Amino acid sequence: MSAHVAPGMPNYGHNTNTGMSNAKLMMWLFLGSECLLFGALISTYMLYKNRFNDLRDGIPNSGTAPHDVFDIPFTSASSFVLLMSSLTMVLALSAIVRGQEARFRGWTLTTVLLGSVFIASQIYEFTVMVEEGVGYTTNIASSAFFSLTGFHGVHVTIGIIMLMSLFVMNLQGKLKQEHSETVEIVGLYWHFVDIVWILIFTVVYLFPQ
Amino acid sequence: MAITEDKPLALESGEGPKVAERPLGAITRPQMETGWKSWFFTVDHKKIGIMYGVGSLLFFILGGIEALLIRIQLARPGQSFLSEDVYNQVFTMHGVTMVFLVIMPMAAAFANYLLPLQVGARDVAFPRLNAFSFWCWLSGSLFLNTSWFLGGAPDGGWFNYAPNSGVIFSPSNGIDFFSFGLQITGIASLVSAINLIVTVLNMRAPGMTLMKMPIFTWMMLVVQFLLLFAVPVITVALFLLIFDRSFDANFFNVQAGADPLLWQHLFWIFGHPEVYILILPAFGIISEIIPTFARKPIFGYPFMVASGIAIGFLGWGVWAHHMFASGIGPFSVAAFSVSTMFIAVPTGVKILNWLATMWGGRIRFTTPMLFSVGVISMFTIGGLSGVTHSISPSDTQQTDTYYIVAHFHYVIFGGALLGMFAGFYFWWPKCFGYKLNEKLGKANFWVMLIGFNLTFGPMHILGLQGMSRRIQSYTVDEGFNLWNFVVSIGAFIIAIGVALFIINIFYARSQFKNGKIPKSGPDPWDARSLEWSTASPTPVHNFDVDPVVTSQDDWWHRKWGEDENGRIVRIAHPEDIAQDGSAVGVHLPSPSYWPLLLSFALPFVAYAIIFSLWLVIPAGLALVASMYGWALEPADDPDKPHVHHEDHGDDTHGEAGDDGDAAAELVTAEPSAGDES
Repeated sequence: MSAHVAPGMPNYGHNTNTGMSNAKLMMWLFLGSECLLFGALISTYMLYKNRFNDLRDGIPNSGTAPHDVFDIPFTSASSFVLLMSSLTMVLALSAIVRGQEARFRGWTLTTVLLGSVFIASQIYEFTVMVEEGVGYTTNIASSAFFSLTGFHGVHVTIGIIMLMSLFVMNLQGKLKQEHSETVEIVGLYWHFVDIVWILIFTVVYLFPQ
Repeated sequence: MAITEDKPLALESGEGPKVAERPLGAITRPQMETGWKSWFFTVDHKKIGIMYGVGSLLFFILGGIEALLIRIQLARPGQSFLSEDVYNQVFTMHGVTMVFLVIMPMAAAFANYLLPLQVGARDVAFPRLNAFSFWCWLSGSLFLNTSWFLGGAPDGGWFNYAPNSGVIFSPSNGIDFFSFGLQITGIASLVSAINLIVTVLNMRAPGMTLMKMPIFTWMMLVVQFLLLFAVPVITVALFLLIFDRSFDANFFNVQAGADPLLWQHLFWIFGHPEVYILILPAFGIISEIIPTFARKPIFGYPFMVASGIAIGFLGWGVWAHHMFASGIGPFSVAAFSVSTMFIAVPTGVKILNWLATMWGGRIRFTTPMLFSVGVISMFTIGGLSGVTHSISPSDTQQTDTYYIVAHFHYVIFGGALLGMFAGFYFWWPKCFGYKLNEKLGKANFWVMLIGFNLTFGPMHILGLQGMSRRIQSYTVDEGFNLWNFVVSIGAFIIAIGVALFIINIFYARSQFKNGKIPKSGPDPWDARSLEWSTASPTPVHNFDVDPVVTSQDDWWHRKWGEDENGRIVRIAHPEDIAQDGSAVGVHLPSPSYWPLLLSFALPFVAYAIIFSLWLVIPAGLALVASMYGWALEPADDPDKPHVHHEDHGDDTHGEAGDDGDAAAELVTAEPSAGDES
C-alpha cells in the first residue's frame, strides 16, 4: 500500500507495491516468459531426437544421430565451467554490494571468461559434429539439437555482452555500489541461463536415447 | 499516510531552460512538445495509447476491405473476381490483420491509455519501452503488409499450418513475411505485457489493493500474463518455420520423418490463449460500462475477477479442440472435449454477472451501453456455438466449414470488436474532451448489429449445409447461392456501420472545434473508476495529486453517499471534486528517439534474411547500435533541473530529501538494468 514512483526512476523497491523494484520484477517476468521459450524448444527436441532418416534414401533412422557423435565427458567439463560461472557471478555481486570495485571487476571478468570458455567449447563441439557428418540440415534430430543448444548459446552470449557492459560501465565510474541492483538483475539472467543448461544437458546428453 | 486532496503536488518546477543534450554525442534529445515530433518521440502512455488506436483503426479499414473482396468473390457462384492464388492471400491477410493488427493493438490502446490512470499512476513502469512496443508493432505490421508489393502476401491462413506453409507448397516469400512480421509484433506484445504487468503490480496508488482495482485493469492484467507465456511458444514455432524455409532445416519436412502435428500443437498452445487475449479486454471494457449505465456496482466483483483468472488458466488446457480432426487419438479428444466444456463455466459466470448488474438498475441506453449489451447477446450466441464444438463428433462434422467461421466471428466481432467500439464511445470524452455524437453512434450500433447478423448468422446454415472454408468459389447447384448472397450484402452493411463511426469521429471533432458541442467535463457519464477523477482530456501528468483509494469504485463513492434512510444521494459534483489538471512542473519521463530507431531496425534485419543474407550485417549493426544508444541514454533528461521526487506529496518522513537526491543521481545508470532485453 505504498506510494508509487515517478516513471523511469530507479527506486530499488522501497516504494513499490510489491517491494520489488520495477526493473527486477521486469527481469523475473521476462525469465518466466523464457521458460516457455525453452520449454517449447526442449519439447521439440524430445519429439525429434530419435528421428534421423537419411535424407538421400529416406530409410527411417538410417542416418547419423546427434547422440552418435556426442562427446559426453567433454561437454560435462564445459558444463562444469558454466556452472562455476554462477559462483563467480555471485561473488561479483557480493563485491559490488560491499563497494569493493576492483574485486567486482575481477569476478565479473572471471564470469565473462568462464562463459566464453563454455561458448568456445560449444563452437568446438559443433565443429566436430559437422566434421563427423552431423550438420544442421542432416536430419530432423540434428536440426532440433542444434536449434535447442544454439538458442542456449545465444543466450549465454547475450549474457556475456551484458557482463562486459557492466565491466566497462564500472571502469567509467558509472556503476557503483548503489547500482548493485543492476548487477543483481544481470545475475538473475545469468543464473537462469545456467539452470536452463542443467535441464538441457540432462535431457540431451544424459537421458537414454 | 496523511494525504489530502487540497494539498498541491510538492514539486518544484521542472521546466528549466531547454538545453540540447547529446547522451552519446550522436543525436540530441527530442525536446518538442507539439507537432508531429511530439508524437513520434513521445513516451507518454496516453499519446502511445491514442497512436495504437489510430493505427489499429487504419488496419481495421484495411482488413475490412480484404473482407469485402472475399465477399464480392463469394457473392455469386462461379465468379473469378479473385484468382485462387490471390484469394488465398486475401483471406490469410484478412485473418492476420484482424487478429494481430486490429484487435490486439486496439486492446493495447485501451490498456496503455487506461491502466496507469485506473491504478492511479503517472505513467507505465517503463515509458520508453512502451514507445518501443508501439513502434515495434507498427514496424512489424507495415513490414507484413509490404509483402503485397514484394512477390505476394502470405497464403497459408492465419494459422499457417506447416508443412503446408513450407517452401514446396508456398514458394513465394509471403510466408517469410508472415513469420518475421509476427516475430516483430510478438516482441512488441511481449515487451508491452511485461511493462503493463509491472505497472499494475508495482505502481498502484495508495490504498489501491488488487481487489479494489477496476475489472478492466484486472482483465488486462490476465491478458498480459497470457501474452507473457503464449508469445514465446509461437516465437519458437515461427523460428522453426524460418529455419526450415530460410536455412533448410527439417522440422516440418515430412519426407525426413517430421511430425505434421508439431506446428499445430505449438501454434494452438499459443493460439488458444490468444483467443482469450482477444476477448478478455472487451470483457473488461463492458464490465466498466455496464455498472456505469446501470447505475449499480458490478455484481459479484470477486467472481468477475476469479472467473477472469480461471479463464486465463483454463485457456491453456483446451488447445487441442482445434485439432479434433487431426487424428490426435480418442483419449486426447475426450480430455480436450471435457476441458472445452468446462471453460464455458467461468464465461457463463461473467455473462450472468453482467445481467445481474443490469437487473433492477435504472439503465441509460447510451451508445456505449448499447454496444455492451450487443457484446453480451452476440458473444453468448458465439459462446454457445463454441460449446457445440466441444462435442467432438459434431465438431468433426463441422471442422473446416463455414459453421466455424460463423462461430469465431460471433465471438471476435460480436464480442471483442463490439466491445472495443463500446470502449471508443465510452472513453472518447476522456481522451479528447468531447463526446461522440449519440445519434450517429446509435445509428452506427444498429447498422453494424444488423449487418453483423446478416453476415455471420447465415454462415451457420452454410456450414451445416457443408460449405467448406477457404474455397475460392462454389458451383451453382450446391445450394449455397442464396445465403452467400445474403452474407455479402451483410458485409457491406457492416462497412456502412464502420463508415458511420468514421464520419462520427470527424463530425464530432468539427462540431467541437466550432463550439457547437460543449466540453464534456471530467466525468460526463457519472462513471466509477479513477480516470474520471482528473480533467478531460487527461493532462499530461495524469493526476495533480496522487489519488488515495479507500474502496472499490472509489471515485463513485466520492460523488454519492447514503442519507439517513439509506437512500443513495449525491454528495458532490464531479466538476467540483475532480482534479483540474493545473499542476505544473510535474516531473515526467523525457521523450526519446531510440525506441523508434530500434523498432525500425528490426524489419531491415528481416528483409536482409529474406532477400540477401549479407545485408544482415549492416542491419544487425544498426540494431545493436540503437540498443546501446538506448541503454546509455538516461531514462530522464539530466539537463532538466529536478528536485526530489515526492510525487505523492507526502512530506512526513524525514529522509525524503535524501531519497530524492539519490534518485536524481542514479538515473544515469538505471536504463542498463532493465532495457537490454
